[in-house]
Amino acid sequence: MSVYLLRRLIQAALVMLAMSVIVFIGVYAIGDPVEILISPDADQAERARAIAALGLDKPLWQQYLSFLTNALQGDLGRSFVFNEPALKLIGQRAPATLELAFAAMFLAILVGLPLGLYAGLRPNGAGAKVIMAGSILGFSLPTFWVGLMLIMVFAVQLGWLPSTGRGETVEIMGLRWSFLTLDGLAHMAMPALNLALFKISLVIRLTRSGVRETMLMDFVKFARAKGLSPNRVIGVHVFKNILIPVVTVTGLELGSTIAFSVVTESVFAWPGMGKLIIDSINVLDRPVIVAYLMSIVLMFIIINLVVDLLYSVLDPRVRLESK
Amino acid sequence: MLGAGAQTLNLAVGAPVTSLDPHYHALSPNYAVADMLFDSLTAFDARARVQPRLALSWTPVAETVWEFKLRPGVKFHNGNDFTAEDVAFTIARVPTVPNSPSSYGIYTRAIQRVEVVDPLTVRFHTASPYPLLPVDLAQIQMLDSETHANPLTEDFNSGKLAIGTGPFRVLAHRQGERIEYARNDAYFGDKPHWQRVNYRMITNDAARTAALLSGDVDFIDQVPTSDIAKLRSDQRVTLSEADGLRLIFLALDHSRDGSSPFTTDNDGKPLERNPLRDVRVRRALSMAIDRQAITDRVMEGASLPSTQLLPPTAFGALPDRQVGRADADAARRLLAEAGYPQGFRITLHGPNDRYMNDARIIQAIGQMWTRIGVRTAVEGQPWATFVARAGRQELSAMLVGWGTSSGEPTSPLRSLLATFTPPRGWGGSNRGRYSNPAMDAKLDEALRTLDDAKREALLREATTIAMDDVGIIPIHIQKNIWAMRRGLQHEARADELTRAQDIRPAQ
Repeated sequence: MSVYLLRRLIQAALVMLAMSVIVFIGVYAIGDPVEILISPDADQAERARAIAALGLDKPLWQQYLSFLTNALQGDLGRSFVFNEPALKLIGQRAPATLELAFAAMFLAILVGLPLGLYAGLRPNGAGAKVIMAGSILGFSLPTFWVGLMLIMVFAVQLGWLPSTGRGETVEIMGLRWSFLTLDGLAHMAMPALNLALFKISLVIRLTRSGVRETMLMDFVKFARAKGLSPNRVIGVHVFKNILIPVVTVTGLELGSTIAFSVVTESVFAWPGMGKLIIDSINVLDRPVIVAYLMSIVLMFIIINLVVDLLYSVLDPRVRLESK
Repeated sequence: MLGAGAQTLNLAVGAPVTSLDPHYHALSPNYAVADMLFDSLTAFDARARVQPRLALSWTPVAETVWEFKLRPGVKFHNGNDFTAEDVAFTIARVPTVPNSPSSYGIYTRAIQRVEVVDPLTVRFHTASPYPLLPVDLAQIQMLDSETHANPLTEDFNSGKLAIGTGPFRVLAHRQGERIEYARNDAYFGDKPHWQRVNYRMITNDAARTAALLSGDVDFIDQVPTSDIAKLRSDQRVTLSEADGLRLIFLALDHSRDGSSPFTTDNDGKPLERNPLRDVRVRRALSMAIDRQAITDRVMEGASLPSTQLLPPTAFGALPDRQVGRADADAARRLLAEAGYPQGFRITLHGPNDRYMNDARIIQAIGQMWTRIGVRTAVEGQPWATFVARAGRQELSAMLVGWGTSSGEPTSPLRSLLATFTPPRGWGGSNRGRYSNPAMDAKLDEALRTLDDAKREALLREATTIAMDDVGIIPIHIQKNIWAMRRGLQHEARADELTRAQDIRPAQ
């Protein structure tokens, strides 16, 4: 187990290093931040001053080396735009994104699992057909459009929910959270639903196909023959077996929701990390882009590790190899 | 959220504010917010004319010395007095803000020395006669030499040091999300109506309009042109508008005599010489553009067709210059005269995320040019990549915009049209590298002329020379449009700034 973990950690470090090179070169290749940030009234002398102030006058390898040295000390650079540490900016925005992502995942599991189970157990019923047709919609409608429709219906026409923003927040350990206030929850409802729609469909489909496959397996027949109640057969034996793909996909989906909920966050003016990264890309705020992508890589590495560990808990056949 | 009530204004702006430090990043959303918290010596009114603010009057006491008389009895939010010492302190701080990506130092550079005569009199010494000082100083918000002795940009952003003399104080600032203000009841000027202001940033156009329609906010700026018609017919909403100062124009490649990278003959072979260097070709290209159609169809009326740099009523603008109708036949004749009876091919580049309807404007122009025989391919790109290529002279024809925040033509003449000469700071955004010594001479003379009337005449001559020579091809000047719930009124500003003090309940 510990050898396994150690190997994973070394792999992770290598991935991070490779990623930093790719990201740095990629970001360097697009555009010129000074052209974008500087006042159009600026003359050439002012341009030269700004280029030097942002450290862009040095050759690429020097910029990368100084980035790497600072990064090893936990400093991923200062934002060009805000003149604050990039990690601090990301940290300030993280709670908003995290609570939204977890709310969406929670909705996806809460709604998706039961519906998928139902559709899998009665595949030919009318209910199952409605659920499956609905899930196709959830897959295929663009998030952007659904978000705007939600706003038009629930905020503009009906006036039930606030259209945009984060609402009232509560501060816990210096971080602001919306999910602890009624107003915050009202603000969160539409963006969370918008994010969850795709995931609900995904979970429904995974669960349904898992159930249909598992129900035909020998151990289910044996369990039934043994005289276990249908609830126990489904709730314990079948359920445990269908969870593996669901956990894998949910884990990866959680990662991508945290990292790339850009569209939903822009439509609902939700001040999370997705909005930060898209704003930063628009103005080529290189330190923030690099720091953000690095943190995202780290997050995916951690999520994958957790998913692997969960496998071994859920399925005794999976052993963490430690050759 | 703040206590609701008649005294609270919720407004949403489309462009994010990046800093509350008034000298960190010269960017108009930042300037709008600074203008609510701080004051400058001079200030622009809604028509972009310079007016007194913290200074009551100013006169040149010698060729190179301006004397400013300050307003007595002005206090900062923390009770400190505003005096001439604070002016000297501020001017010294502006060019030294660390890591600034775009310094306000360009507006104080002309000042060589600040002389404090008495607490309410200050003199600025310049190296040479400098008529634009009162205009430049409108950009510089005054700080307090005591409070801001050791100012960090972070401390402004947190609100701790965001202490000025302005009509509002900061209560809270959440970067990229919202700023909360309270009224400064001790303000020396007109008191704003609102006790509290919630200044939100909603960058998505559709979401901003929806926030207004759902009543989440009372007021929005940057109304997208596609929503104008719908909002005009909505009983719950009123609009305010002003002719802006942002010119949308085409810059052409003047940097090469030989073949320009995106021009070819009709068979796709490079041309021997650059057709854009021929004034007849440039006139033909300008004449082919139906500006009124672009305003009506693409901009939904939210622009002023133009063949000059500023709206005709601005200082130094050409009051009588006609826009003229598009004339495809005359344009074809001019092309034939220039040796292109069959036309040629060109690619017109432009941003697709920067100006109102930018990508659609270049599409329209591409069709109009093709009609006179200049077969035009159109390529819209994100601003971030476009502007870098344009700055390296990689393009032949490109759509760009220019916001003249000072409201008079020296800024576009100096940056867009003057010959590219880094040592004197000319041609900084002259991406086509247009050059005309006759215009340079007039501009140079204007920049040394303190007398307003004489300077205005010189600026008009310089503008006329550049426009007759089609140094750039102006398309239109954007209108600035705001929308608010019925029951509010707004003094629409030419300079695009969205400030809470301009909004009041309707009379």
